[in-house]
Amino acid sequence: MTLPEAEITLTVNGRSVRRRVEPRQHLIDFLREGLDLTGSHVGCEHGVCGACTVRVDGRIVRGCLMLAVQAAGCSVETIEGVSESGELADLQSAFHQRNALQCGYCTPGMLLCAAELLETTPNATRAQIREHISGNYCRCTGYQAIVDAIETTLTARRAGRTAD
Amino acid sequence: MTARLPCPIPAHADLAPGADPTVVTRGHIGSPDPRPNARRLLQGRGTYIDDLRVPRLAHVVFLRSPHAHARILKIDSSTASRAPGVLGVFDGPAIAAICKPWVGVLAHLKGIKSAEQYPLAIERACWQGEPVVAIVAETRAQAEDARELIEVQWEVLPAITDMDASLAGDPVLHPELGDNICFERSVDTGGIDEVFAQADVVVEETFQFGRHTGVCPEGRSILADYNAAEHSLLVHHSTQAPHMIHDVLARHFDIPEAQVRVLCHDVGGAYGIKVHVYPDEICTVATSILLRRPVKFVADRMESFVSDIHAREHKATVRLAARHDGTILGIDLRDLTAIGPYSMYPRTSGIEGNQVVNLTGGPYRHQHYRAHMQAVFTNKNVTCQYRAVGHPIAVAITEGIVDLAAERLGIDPAEFRRRNLIPDDAYPYAFPSGVRFEQLSHQQCLDRLLELMDYEHLRADQAAARARGCYRGIGLAAMIEVTNPSAAFYGVGGARISSQDGATVRLEPTGALTVLCSVTEQGQGTETVFAQIAADVLGVSMERVRVITGDTAATPYGGGTWGSRGAGIGGEAVLQSARALRAQVLDAAAAILSCDKAQLDIAQDAVIDRLSGQTRLSLAELGRICYYRPDTLPAGFQSELVATRHYVPRDYAFAFTNGIQASWVEVDIETGFVQLLGHWCVEDCGTVINPLLVDEQIRGGVVQGLGAALLEECCYDDQGQMLNAHLGDYLVPMALEMPDIVCAHVQTPTRTSELGAKGAGEAGTAGAPAAVMNAINDALRPLAARVTAQPFTPERILAALGRV
Ligand code: FES
Ligand code: FES
Repeated sequence: MTLPEAEITLTVNGRSVRRRVEPRQHLIDFLREGLDLTGSHVGCEHGVCGACTVRVDGRIVRGCLMLAVQAAGCSVETIEGVSESGELADLQSAFHQRNALQCGYCTPGMLLCAAELLETTPNATRAQIREHISGNYCRCTGYQAIVDAIETTLTARRAGRTAD
Repeated sequence: MTARLPCPIPAHADLAPGADPTVVTRGHIGSPDPRPNARRLLQGRGTYIDDLRVPRLAHVVFLRSPHAHARILKIDSSTASRAPGVLGVFDGPAIAAICKPWVGVLAHLKGIKSAEQYPLAIERACWQGEPVVAIVAETRAQAEDARELIEVQWEVLPAITDMDASLAGDPVLHPELGDNICFERSVDTGGIDEVFAQADVVVEETFQFGRHTGVCPEGRSILADYNAAEHSLLVHHSTQAPHMIHDVLARHFDIPEAQVRVLCHDVGGAYGIKVHVYPDEICTVATSILLRRPVKFVADRMESFVSDIHAREHKATVRLAARHDGTILGIDLRDLTAIGPYSMYPRTSGIEGNQVVNLTGGPYRHQHYRAHMQAVFTNKNVTCQYRAVGHPIAVAITEGIVDLAAERLGIDPAEFRRRNLIPDDAYPYAFPSGVRFEQLSHQQCLDRLLELMDYEHLRADQAAARARGCYRGIGLAAMIEVTNPSAAFYGVGGARISSQDGATVRLEPTGALTVLCSVTEQGQGTETVFAQIAADVLGVSMERVRVITGDTAATPYGGGTWGSRGAGIGGEAVLQSARALRAQVLDAAAAILSCDKAQLDIAQDAVIDRLSGQTRLSLAELGRICYYRPDTLPAGFQSELVATRHYVPRDYAFAFTNGIQASWVEVDIETGFVQLLGHWCVEDCGTVINPLLVDEQIRGGVVQGLGAALLEECCYDDQGQMLNAHLGDYLVPMALEMPDIVCAHVQTPTRTSELGAKGAGEAGTAGAPAAVMNAINDALRPLAARVTAQPFTPERILAALGRV
């Protein structure tokens, strides 16, 4: 049953946030219910679908497997934050052009997951792209368009780097 | 491409492979335009039900039956009622007091029967997961905490979990119905026994299909907001058919239709799962009425598995008679399917089996057909229409038995199909099950497929692989699909489900267009397609078209999105309303310019001179004059800058489409794992309005079918307990194991509409399982092993190989 609320301070999308939370509340519920950041979604609540993917201290996590209190002192980024900063504008545009989404429910999680690959594995092959996103469930697209969009972005970023 | 009727809308651009889609200048229809409404979803700015923020919102959760079949002796909710935040706890009788029960039957499915069903179980629960008690609290967590405090005394009853046992009728699940047969149907062209007696070869096989489900990423969700002051009901619903739900709510809660409004925002996947009337969703509305405040229900993943409709649990035995030269003479089918304890409302659980009877053998030209199908009750979750309803079963039965016949006769499977597929010049064509085809293109599709996949090359690769002990196989699956359903699907059976759809197109003062349509959007791109059509007809740029769907207080009346009808039916309604508006705009322009309407045309956001192409008046200027300075118009002239039209197919019950798929697999005979090496799909959905969207519909559908073939099954024990109601145990296709899928089109527009579009949303799911099955069996052929029970898990493959 419920334990007394705890006060946590953390950074969310670059802003400092202080809130009282139930110790049992998951990070995804805190972001959605506590902060109204509804761009991250809940698909299974048991760590399988990846719809709740957010970034904590620069690494992607499943918001349904982490408690809000565990994020105390951390820096959390969500789809709202990365959209605002423009960090993923090229990837989002590639998704749009390639129609790499239908219902869009998996999309925020998929984008954050893909963003990690763009950073860590700039030379990723299609097989590596497929492997990297294989913890993110998409029922609509059949994945191919998503793989295409990530591949396009990887290629464009590589070209950009060479040009620099 | 087949010849099409003259159609004044711009021809679709048939892009050569590798051509730059941006150079298409012939208009939007046929162009791969990205979806304008996808942008917000890409930034996390979609609005799914759980994203809505409503004052005084309460949350409902359900206590569900832990037993497949049990009598409810006593419910003690006294402690729960006093728990923190709890606003109300309701049992079956409390809800039934304000909500009429329903029975899921339709008059045209002769003899179909089911029992009365209530939002919450009364006296008896009939499946594990049936909602029994509703708990409403200020937060969802509080409601879930309170649920733990409810005590139910159960008397466990024997559960019927096996179809054959159900058929035997011991016990009878609903005694008042007399037996456990919900629905049965027979078709017999006559003469089938003689045909089989005289055939050169007869093959027989039994195919089994595991029940599986849609696994929508967003669980079913509804937010009901009853306003006692007005006796009105506003419902935000994750649904495919808002007008159907509107009608159901008005009737079952006795609220005047005009006081109900159903709003459908972004929907996180539906696939046929969200087109039914679910007891827990109706109960959510009831709690809002009883508590006089907004109440929200969002199904979690575990309860989705035991309460979203399941589908496809079938066992079918099929026989095929053929001549030595491969000519198919006749098909004889017996199909048994288990549908759970109730026929689903209002579409019934009889349609899937009915489709199996209608469609089995459908691509081929034999004239003798006999089928008998029975749908029986069991104590498992209810089943109903899920993407490609009945098609994956009919296609697998057909294509499985066709491959077996080809093997027995020593004829290559592609050649066997060529000899038997209905010739492209044989239309219109009446299939022995009673369905009629307007114009199909099986032979063209087969040719295109074999070329696309380089069939000969793959056969050579297969032989080379076998030589090194590697088992690869090719599987083909031809198919027909029901799309653009007319009233023959539901309306004639008495269901209050609209088969017609409507569209309103309005010219705004700025020269922009607003389109309102009764077809809804779940990401397929219907809104984009409507914008493309309206933009082309009215000569307006895409950016200046806004599309509104999913609001029963605003859009024309219609069926919504299901049965591959969005583009074909909704699109035609948009086309016709845009045409009507075009004529009205030209009337206004002629009045303003004091000229003959026949001299004018519209292009690039302006009224132009038809002959010279010179701009006469921008649409923005026309809008300004008509709306703000009507005093300057000729006396007696009233401009009308809005038009509404409706459309329903009348000539054919369905616009059948056709296509063919191929799968290329490698089977590891040590582990039983199947690796998907390639997949091809050639589809004829008539006019392709947006190839980008159509291809992604097909690919998504194929992957859904691949999941069914290899991974997905709702596993039950003999007590009726679902054993894998968890996304960790119920396997869905993920990116790693899925192949790239090559799509191509043959376009045979339907003449039943001006647009010529047929449906494409279900083709992938319809044919993929059969193609994979045939590919696996092709790979295993040298080992004299076959699999016929889906999903084709490693365990089943090893069993077929005699290794486990
Ligand atoms: S909701 Fe977190 S992984 Fe599915
Ligand atoms: S776009 Fe619908 S789940 Fe991925």
